[in-house]
Amino acid sequence: MTTRNAAIPPVRYGYGLLMFLLALTGFAQMPIFKRYYIADIPGLGWLAMFHVTHYLHYIGAVLILGLAAYFVTAYVRTRPERPKLTPTGYLRAGLIGVILVTGLLLAAKNFPGYVFPPAAVILLDLAHLGSVFAFILTALYCWAFSKKWIDSPSKGDVKGVN
Amino acid sequence: MAIQLSRRSFLKGSLAAAGAVAATSAPAAAVKGAKGGRQLATLIDINKCIGCGACVEACRDANSEKYPEAKKPFPKMYPNRVPVEDWSDDQYASDRLTPYNWLFIQEAVVDVDGEERFLSVPRRCMHCVNPPCVKLCPWGAAQQYKNGISRIDKDICLGGSKCRKVCPWHIPQRQTGAGLYLELLPAFAGNGIMTKCDRCYDRVAEGGVPACIESCPEGAQIIGPRDEIVRKAHQLADETGGYIYGETENGGTNTLYVSPVPFKELNKAVDKGKGRPHFKPAENTMAKANNLVLGMAIAPIAGIAAAWGKQIVADNKKKEKPEHIDREGTDHDHA
Ligand code: HEM
Ligand code: SF4
Ligand code: SF4
Ligand code: SF4
Repeated sequence: MTTRNAAIPPVRYGYGLLMFLLALTGFAQMPIFKRYYIADIPGLGWLAMFHVTHYLHYIGAVLILGLAAYFVTAYVRTRPERPKLTPTGYLRAGLIGVILVTGLLLAAKNFPGYVFPPAAVILLDLAHLGSVFAFILTALYCWAFSKKWIDSPSKGDVKGVN
Repeated sequence: MAIQLSRRSFLKGSLAAAGAVAATSAPAAAVKGAKGGRQLATLIDINKCIGCGACVEACRDANSEKYPEAKKPFPKMYPNRVPVEDWSDDQYASDRLTPYNWLFIQEAVVDVDGEERFLSVPRRCMHCVNPPCVKLCPWGAAQQYKNGISRIDKDICLGGSKCRKVCPWHIPQRQTGAGLYLELLPAFAGNGIMTKCDRCYDRVAEGGVPACIESCPEGAQIIGPRDEIVRKAHQLADETGGYIYGETENGGTNTLYVSPVPFKELNKAVDKGKGRPHFKPAENTMAKANNLVLGMAIAPIAGIAAAWGKQIVADNKKKEKPEHIDREGTDHDHA
């Protein structure tokens, strides 16, 4: 059920595209795309417009939060038995969790009157960025070695159905 | 420039001393009154400013130890499109904002009720209520305190100048060849440090008053809790038929100007450009993204509802078609 949903191409590609948008607009929060001429490429000028990429990052955040809540709920509610996450599945879910929580705190900080201590902001920024890097490396590893999120419920015969 | 400075020095010696005594005690109390989470704001009465520049000099005296210490030669940067911004050989330039000049006097000739008038306007960081330079600093070097003061920590700043890009007035100024980036990857990341008025945060923390306010012989600037300052700005504008800038600009700033002419006209008359901020309308730059945060609260609820609903539909289908369960059961080897 959930396991199979995750494998439906539109959802999988949507998730991949969303993570790409988030990473791209996230990295655009640092002043690097202009410095390295990437924003000079026709059509990519928006990558150097901080308010634009910030807004797009937030749109991505809205979507990923909805998607994450969907998958967590579906996972918890799957009956009669919950599918088992693989070790890399746990790792990826955990890293996404850290990214989401630090991202939400960074977003909270951006409201007027929300004054976080400077050290907390630096820590949150580094944790957000660090977990993004860790996630990208993990995701590349999983992609290269075809690591799945979920253990097949029963070894051999499911393949035929999927 | 030399003439200007000597005139300033003269005036500073005479007028400033007298003015300072009169102006100091009241704001000091106001600064203390602002503790407890209220943001501090200043009110600048453009009518009162005579352009003597005492504040510019006082700012330099009070803050010069915070100025960048540029090391030369500057490291070569790749790609070399990255501009070097160097004011270290021109530290006394006072006709614009620079890393060594956080306050300057902007001049304008305007028409007030058919009469030509010369206005001088002290310009520096506006200390936005929700400062994009601070909130969007990707690295936490720009900071805001509970009392509303924003400042850039020169030990942490890497000089990428994002703060200047996102500032509606492009206030922060860069000095290449100073700061933390020299210890990291100077060729590839960073470009010095960004600097700006820090509202004399150290003096204010000790219950003191910003140097520019203390030194003004005319009492052109006052400081206090924002709500009081806004009230006083309206009072002053009502009394003088003046106009207010800073109450709503960029969602509200902690610097309010009251001008005898509309800011549209003042903006036309002042010399604008790099290091010389405008007086244009400024929309609230943080608000658009912040409005999306409501979506961040709703999206997970929608996600949960969708997954939950789907499950219920699936359960019902199973009840309707028992043979479906059989098939699923064998598929998944659940029995
Ligand atoms: C999995 C998805 C995400 C990825 C890949 C991602 C990536 C990034 C990256 C690379 C940065 C720049 C580094 C930094 O400043 O720390 C960044 C910044 C930021 N991200 Fe994310 N992010 C994600 C999710 C989120 C979420 C869910 C939020 C929640 C609102 C969020 C809010 C922010 C904010 C506010 C910043 C700007 C940093 C600042 O305000 O100082 N991000 N993101
Ligand atoms: S005026 Fe510019 S530099 Fe000053 S607080 Fe506002 S955004 Fe920051
Ligand atoms: S508040 Fe302090 S730092 Fe800012 S302009 Fe005045 S004297 Fe300079
Ligand atoms: S604000 Fe005061 S000190 Fe500064 S130039 Fe005007 S009159 Fe002189």
